[in-house]
Amino acid sequence: MPEGTGSATGIGASVKRKEDFRFLTGRGTYTDDINRPGQTYAYILRSPHASADIAKIDTAKAKAAPGVVTILTGADYDKGGLPCGWQIHSKDGSPMAEPPHFPLCKDKVRHVGDQVALVIAETYAQARDAAELIDVTYQETKPIISLADADKPGQPQVWPDAKNNTCFDWHIGDKAAVDAAFAKAAHVTKIDIVNQRLIPNAMEPRAAIGDFDRATGEFTLYTTSQNPHVIRLLMGAFVLQIPESKLRVVAPDVGGGFGSKIFHYAEEALVTWAAGKVERPIKWTSDRSEAFLTDAHGRDQINHAELAMDKDGKFLALRVATKANMGAYLSTFAPCVPTYLSATLLAGVYSTPAIYGEVKAIFTNTAVVDAYRGAGRPETTYLLERLVEKAARETGIDRVEIRRKNFIPKDAFPYQTPVALQYDSGDYFSTLDMALKNADWAGFEKRKAEAKGRGKLRGIGISTYLEACGIAPSAVVGSLGARAGLYETGQIRVHPTGSVTVFTGTHSHGQGHETTFAQLVSEGLGIPIENIEVSHGDTNKIPFGMGTYGSRSLAVGGSAIVKAMDKIITKSKRIAAHLMEASVADVEFKNGVFTVVGTDKSVPFGTVALTAYVPHNYPITELEPGLEETAFYDPLNFTFPGGCHICEVEIDPDTGTVEVVNFTAVDDIGRVINPMIAEGQIHGGVAQGIGQALLEAAAYDEESGQLLTGSYMDYCMPRADNIPNINVGNHVTLCTHNPLGAKGVGEVGAIGSPPAVINAVLDALLPLGVKDIAMPATPHKVWQAIQTAKKAAE
Amino acid sequence: MHNFAFHRPTSVADAAKAIGAASDGKFVAGGQTLLPTLRQRLAQPSDMIDLSAIAELKGIKVEGDGITIGAGTTHSEVANSADVQKTIPALAHLASLIGDHQVRQRGTIGGSIANNDPAADYPAAALGLGATVKTNKREIKADDFFKGMFETALEEGEIIVSLHFPKPEKAGYEKFRQPASRFALVGVFVAKTKSGVRVAVTGAGPGVFRSKELEAALGGNFSADAAKGVKISANGLNGDLHGSPEYRASLVSTLAGRAAAGAK
Amino acid sequence: MPTVSMTVNGKAVTGEVEGRTLLVHFLRDKLHLTGTHVGCDTAQCGACTVHLGGKAIKSCNILALQAEGASITTIEGLAQNGTLHPMQEAFRDNHGLQCGFCTPGMVMAAVSLVKGKTNLSDEEIRHGLDGNICRCTGYHNIVKAVKAGAQAMGGK
Repeated sequence: MPEGTGSATGIGASVKRKEDFRFLTGRGTYTDDINRPGQTYAYILRSPHASADIAKIDTAKAKAAPGVVTILTGADYDKGGLPCGWQIHSKDGSPMAEPPHFPLCKDKVRHVGDQVALVIAETYAQARDAAELIDVTYQETKPIISLADADKPGQPQVWPDAKNNTCFDWHIGDKAAVDAAFAKAAHVTKIDIVNQRLIPNAMEPRAAIGDFDRATGEFTLYTTSQNPHVIRLLMGAFVLQIPESKLRVVAPDVGGGFGSKIFHYAEEALVTWAAGKVERPIKWTSDRSEAFLTDAHGRDQINHAELAMDKDGKFLALRVATKANMGAYLSTFAPCVPTYLSATLLAGVYSTPAIYGEVKAIFTNTAVVDAYRGAGRPETTYLLERLVEKAARETGIDRVEIRRKNFIPKDAFPYQTPVALQYDSGDYFSTLDMALKNADWAGFEKRKAEAKGRGKLRGIGISTYLEACGIAPSAVVGSLGARAGLYETGQIRVHPTGSVTVFTGTHSHGQGHETTFAQLVSEGLGIPIENIEVSHGDTNKIPFGMGTYGSRSLAVGGSAIVKAMDKIITKSKRIAAHLMEASVADVEFKNGVFTVVGTDKSVPFGTVALTAYVPHNYPITELEPGLEETAFYDPLNFTFPGGCHICEVEIDPDTGTVEVVNFTAVDDIGRVINPMIAEGQIHGGVAQGIGQALLEAAAYDEESGQLLTGSYMDYCMPRADNIPNINVGNHVTLCTHNPLGAKGVGEVGAIGSPPAVINAVLDALLPLGVKDIAMPATPHKVWQAIQTAKKAAE
Repeated sequence: MHNFAFHRPTSVADAAKAIGAASDGKFVAGGQTLLPTLRQRLAQPSDMIDLSAIAELKGIKVEGDGITIGAGTTHSEVANSADVQKTIPALAHLASLIGDHQVRQRGTIGGSIANNDPAADYPAAALGLGATVKTNKREIKADDFFKGMFETALEEGEIIVSLHFPKPEKAGYEKFRQPASRFALVGVFVAKTKSGVRVAVTGAGPGVFRSKELEAALGGNFSADAAKGVKISANGLNGDLHGSPEYRASLVSTLAGRAAAGAK
Repeated sequence: MPTVSMTVNGKAVTGEVEGRTLLVHFLRDKLHLTGTHVGCDTAQCGACTVHLGGKAIKSCNILALQAEGASITTIEGLAQNGTLHPMQEAFRDNHGLQCGFCTPGMVMAAVSLVKGKTNLSDEEIRHGLDGNICRCTGYHNIVKAVKAGAQAMGGK
């Protein structure tokens, strides 16, 4: 793939987005905007209790309510449960507990919001009104909510097959080597961290429309999904037993996902199943309160970590014990998040030679927990960067120098970590130095003194990190328990008159693929970007792909497109050679034109395209007509973007308010296709990271299991005045194993930022004697920390 | 929400008639608080009587010893009014802090006062300035108006027509926002009036209240330091996810000091 | 059923609604103007922002019947004769949108916020947009877009 010819619409250009016109004029087609002829509306009656037996459901009165088409409960549900896509084995080799997960509860409800009945009516209001007439007799049982306590003996059990609420007890690394290193350590730093539960809150609530064609027996599901083919496979094969050839899944415009729209949800299965029963389309749209209760939540880990160092601060070994909340059921990818997406990152950017990680996955009577922007890598990065920071404070070694002296050297790549992953390339020194310069680290003390004059405490914090994404090499993840492949598909259909449609199995829900993938093809085939359409989201149109998450779309999906382009060019060269009466070996392709080396013979791509479809002057006995190629690209490894984030805060000690006054990010994301779009991804990720650090937390009442943060009134979403301007820098080391050299950018912003923010807060509060603070560092929490430190000092 | 009959009277008299005729009627002005309540199905009125088409309820007039604001005046209108900015700048400042840009285009002073949300801003101004609430039946002094959480002295069906705020020597308002809802976690309105210093606190307790200790401290020395030195008791103050009673108590003195320091 | 009449994007419209019908549902379901979005149920996210009498309001927080006789502009009414409004252009030029879901509400709020002003500070814009939540952009480019949009609107 060429490096970027400097074209205004090719690789490296900040091309304005092709998709913007429809979004800016209100012409976007999101799932709730779609209406099918004869459509009915679904409303789901949900459990008000965190844990209860369902003794009786009386739907007689509700069924007689105006406009009701039908009401279905768990007793009516005769299909399969929602599957889990990743199987983890415990230390003793036993497979994880895998309880059933039916889309409608049969005998028990296991979290507030669990699905109890499906009401289908002519209007949404009628469905909702009818639901109020359903009489459910619950026998409440004591829920278990606390992650810290759930695996202790004597607690309420969410599932009989998961003793002490433990789904699995897994480990990775070399315990013996780690123990030996700790025995010889000059200094050991310990830390206890809570990575709090978050709620992704994409602005578009989930929605699903199930439709059934009684002429053909075909089902169609419109859904707010990041991966329509995955839904088709899971729902078709495992849940409703509909052959994929009779099931179409369409993910139209989707208003943000951040991971929460990866998973196969109950509502998707319910509207599809029920559409087959009533033989009319059924639309379900979540409202925000419902989303709070039922979208997969994120994070929710408790970590204890210990770092062994020699007398010079060189890391000798790291050991980590983690408890990870699964919620009441296993969501689609939940088991891999705290294990293969977390613990395998425990080396970070450091050359720590011995690492051992243990992870217990725990059931509680709460909403499911699964991947959310970063999915495991924010948890590990936060842990590492808080631990290293603490080590610096304890040993007196400078916070920047302790990191620098432990970086993996520039010449050590490919670098095999002690936790399975092998990094292909990276240069942590350059991103660190650039970030220090961009953030004016050196000038901080002056700014701190000036802030003091205004009565404010100013602090600066740093995070040096990497992550593993570009998900994923299929055989590798398969050996680790994944039940799916993780390749991607790209299909390039050249039309007779020279325009091109690019079909991709990825899904753009904000990432701008309609523009960036068109840039790739514009550059690769030398055709104007206006002549390229990128198609995604409809399983009837696109070969099987795995969707968008895990920062994979460019690294894996883009690589598939490059491979498909290679095939196009290979075939085109043969056609061009024929047209120019030359041998294929002598044909070159550059800037959209085929030439014969050493001559002035040339033929443009458009002519080749037309010829392929009107094959009169054509090597017809050797070559089929047409110009359309598909590639399935299975990556050879994960990719490893990362870098350095530096945050500066000012704290008002009287109120505890933390203001982020500067945020600097320097990230190495490999090849950049569209700098404007890449920066936008960093901005958005950093905002979510600041949200985790200072504002957001999902909280359940430990007694009742009620979600205390059930709306934007109590769950604090970052607003424009919570986030500063973000200074984004860039340094490139190419990925060595994919044709683009791309590493991925979707999640790094949310991964590197939380520890930079908290390290800054603690830096500001250090003079007051505050040594630790939990996320989110709300004004209340900061104020309390200050008061506690004041009292301790007295 | 549940359905209801909708009425849009064009006079106070017609509004009073409509509510009298309803089995369980509710007034709606801007609706910025009532509609979310109804959407959560926390209330089920039989009738909604929209006050937003009643001309008698609109208008801002400098008169008497201060300024009179029609109950149907929006927060945006109060915030941007040259008359309010000149007469009682703290009141315009307070109005500019309510809700957000869109909420301020619809929410009204009458609605806010009648609802008496324990975290609303206007009750602090009304109590802090010693305002008079004029209804379609009588006049009620602020000190007698606010009775507790969501409770006021209004009788059933009584309609607020306007509020009169006497002009203070100087006044200030400081609001500390609950980070998620952006309502006042604590809001303090401080005014130096003819009859002495008044300090009204919203958000901290079950309803808006006057702080005797802060009034005494600021009465002696109207400065930030005087207020900061006052230790407010956490007893009876609200505690929730977003702040303990002790935190709110601390904020009360801090904000009172800042309001005094910035008073205009 | 009661009927309501108003002007939407310059066109007179009439429709049957219930007392409880919110303006946003009247726009989306009866008038098929699906550009205005529903993002929450506590009237905080701003995705439903439209103009009533030229002022930005949340259409999920007003009954359709309360808009009787009003002049409503939705995102669909912003572009004139196929030409994007300067604020829409500014959002595109500055990559002020990603998934697009908050965008109609954000643009309508921005147009109302900058009315009559050409030079707004970052702080003014950030405070002024506190009724609009975006989860994708981190607001950095939205602030840039609003600033540029205000300049391009020239104080109108």
